Amino acid sequence: MLLEIRNLHAAVEGKEILRGIDLAVDAGEVHAVMGPNGSGKSTLAQVIAGHPGYTVTAGEVLYEGRNLLEMPPEVRAREGVFLAFQYPVGLPGVANAQFLKAAVNATRTHRGLEELDAMEFLEWLKQKMALVEMDASFISRPVNEGFSGGEKKRNEILQMALLEPKLAILDETDSGLDIDALRIVAGGINQLRRPDNAILLVTHYQRILSYVTPDRVHVLAGGRIVKSGDRALALELEARGYDWIQEEAEALSR
Amino acid sequence: MTSKETFLAAFDELQRRGLTGPAWLRERRGEAIARFAERGFPTPRDEDWKYTSLAPITATAFDLNPDDDGPEPSEEAIAPFCVDAPTWTRLVFVNGRFSAKLSMLRPLPGSVRIGSLGEALITDADAVRARLQAPGEPLDAFAALNAAFWQDGAFLEVPDGVTVDEPIQLLFVATTPGRARVHHPRNLIVLGRESHATVVESYVALGADTYLTNAVTEVVMGPSGRLDHLEILLESGRAFHVGATRVHQARDSRYASCAVTLGGRLVRNEVHALLAAEGADCRLNGLYVVGGRQHADTHTVIDHASPRATSRQLYKGILDGRARGVFNGRIIVRPGADGTDAHQANKNLMLSDEAEVDSKPQLEIFADDVKCGHGAADGQLPAETIFYVKSRGLDEAAARALLTYGFAHEVLERIHVAPVRTWLEGLLTARLTGGRVTEELA
Repeated sequence: MLLEIRNLHAAVEGKEILRGIDLAVDAGEVHAVMGPNGSGKSTLAQVIAGHPGYTVTAGEVLYEGRNLLEMPPEVRAREGVFLAFQYPVGLPGVANAQFLKAAVNATRTHRGLEELDAMEFLEWLKQKMALVEMDASFISRPVNEGFSGGEKKRNEILQMALLEPKLAILDETDSGLDIDALRIVAGGINQLRRPDNAILLVTHYQRILSYVTPDRVHVLAGGRIVKSGDRALALELEARGYDWIQEEAEALSR
Repeated sequence: MTSKETFLAAFDELQRRGLTGPAWLRERRGEAIARFAERGFPTPRDEDWKYTSLAPITATAFDLNPDDDGPEPSEEAIAPFCVDAPTWTRLVFVNGRFSAKLSMLRPLPGSVRIGSLGEALITDADAVRARLQAPGEPLDAFAALNAAFWQDGAFLEVPDGVTVDEPIQLLFVATTPGRARVHHPRNLIVLGRESHATVVESYVALGADTYLTNAVTEVVMGPSGRLDHLEILLESGRAFHVGATRVHQARDSRYASCAVTLGGRLVRNEVHALLAAEGADCRLNGLYVVGGRQHADTHTVIDHASPRATSRQLYKGILDGRARGVFNGRIIVRPGADGTDAHQANKNLMLSDEAEVDSKPQLEIFADDVKCGHGAADGQLPAETIFYVKSRGLDEAAARALLTYGFAHEVLERIHVAPVRTWLEGLLTARLTGGRVTEELA
């Protein structure tokens, strides 16, 4: 199993957000995690990536059989865990090429590979930029500064393509995208889909699932997975909204 | 003997040995030392020195009249500080004295004059006398000491209509082993009508000794003259540096500077720009990167004495350890200086809780129809940003170094002289290794 989450509880500023998540994702799979606003979707994504603002109060997360929660965020990244941020952060004064080269080489060094020099990296970057239809001027622009919403999301997909993660978590990467950007982003995700890695798609809408077909769909409500199913569940949510799920969950917990 | 008395006694001693320079200069030296005798060193009670204590300087026993200038370094020793541009003219000064051996004089266009100011007192006596600080000008303690004691420095005169394409590096090397010395470099840069030059003024140390550099650079700009002036401070971690740049701008002249302070225990940078005629344009940029117990103080005075002149200032500080930064930006808009457009900004990145900054804008506006703005911001690296960078595989130190570098970039990108920018980018990267700034230069 690539990722195994058992009874995960997590809190932010003393407030419990995740209340016992169980989830197993195997290599080669795409899982969608859906749910209404405030259900804990983003918290789950951030906790897996190691955001210091969240405290894990119970449970465990195993990544390739090892305790992921013990690893600092940068080690998780080098080990192949990637989070595409819902709100990518701007880095004033830091050029994309500078940032991405540092990131790629940190991971390569960790994996026992030689660092790429400036020329090799640029080649590699240009290949991946073509994938997400990124303009050449992007190379020297500061990271996520003055980017449109769509550009920021494409930049996250570009970083994912460069870092070649084993486990990619995409936190509402589809939200706020127009149809062209959505197509580009979905294309990038599908490129990464291989038998040896897995994708966790955190999303509010099923729209992206028409481009990236999930193997499993989970519905999160009140910090727990209240329902799991296949692609049909996503369509049902699209048709009926989230209220019935929440009612079902509340009925169960009574 | 107090520090003041030591300086006065040293001047007496020089007088006994015979003051250098022509009669008019000896007279100025006398006036200047009298001025110093009257005022002494400033104390924190002086508004201009409120946040900068001179105690470390006045407590140092300086050797004010050493018997020799100290050993001349080898070319290899100074090579790391020479901008990597073999076609540039480079004037090298060792412990304040011009070194013909280490300097590199390249052919310059037209009748550009360049060399040692000490020699120019003889070869270009009239030009120097006319432009060097007017008699009776009010001098503060350090300017007075410089006026009394200076022996040498750089002289550059670019005639009307001449453009010097290649930048010129002025390299001041402190070698002073043993007792602490004081150097008083005096530079004079004169730009004629519609002339243009680029000057890179750099102060560096071989070794980690205590000394004081007390430099004065005078810039006189003719109508539509243009000067790009870069200053790089790599003084030793025990050194003191007080530097004043005085700029006199004629109509439509354009002065642009960037001062980067990386080394020095106590550094005071002053810029006084007099926008004396209509259309003058003055752009000051600065970056100070300090850690440990370093202290970096920037004082600027932009004097809008004529209508429709423009000034822009951007000073950024990176402070770690128990370092202290001071920024005092004074803008004076004189009566009649209508249409003045002035802006000033000071931003500081605090890498430790113990670092401290005092930032003070000082706007004195006596004219109408004036655009005058200022802004100041102090902050730390945001946790969310550090997490974002870490989530891409960089550890804490690398993340902090990268983001700190990014903060400095806004200033560095304004340096258009590629070899200098590359040099500074390298110096800064080395300075930020490990994500911390320490007192000693790497």
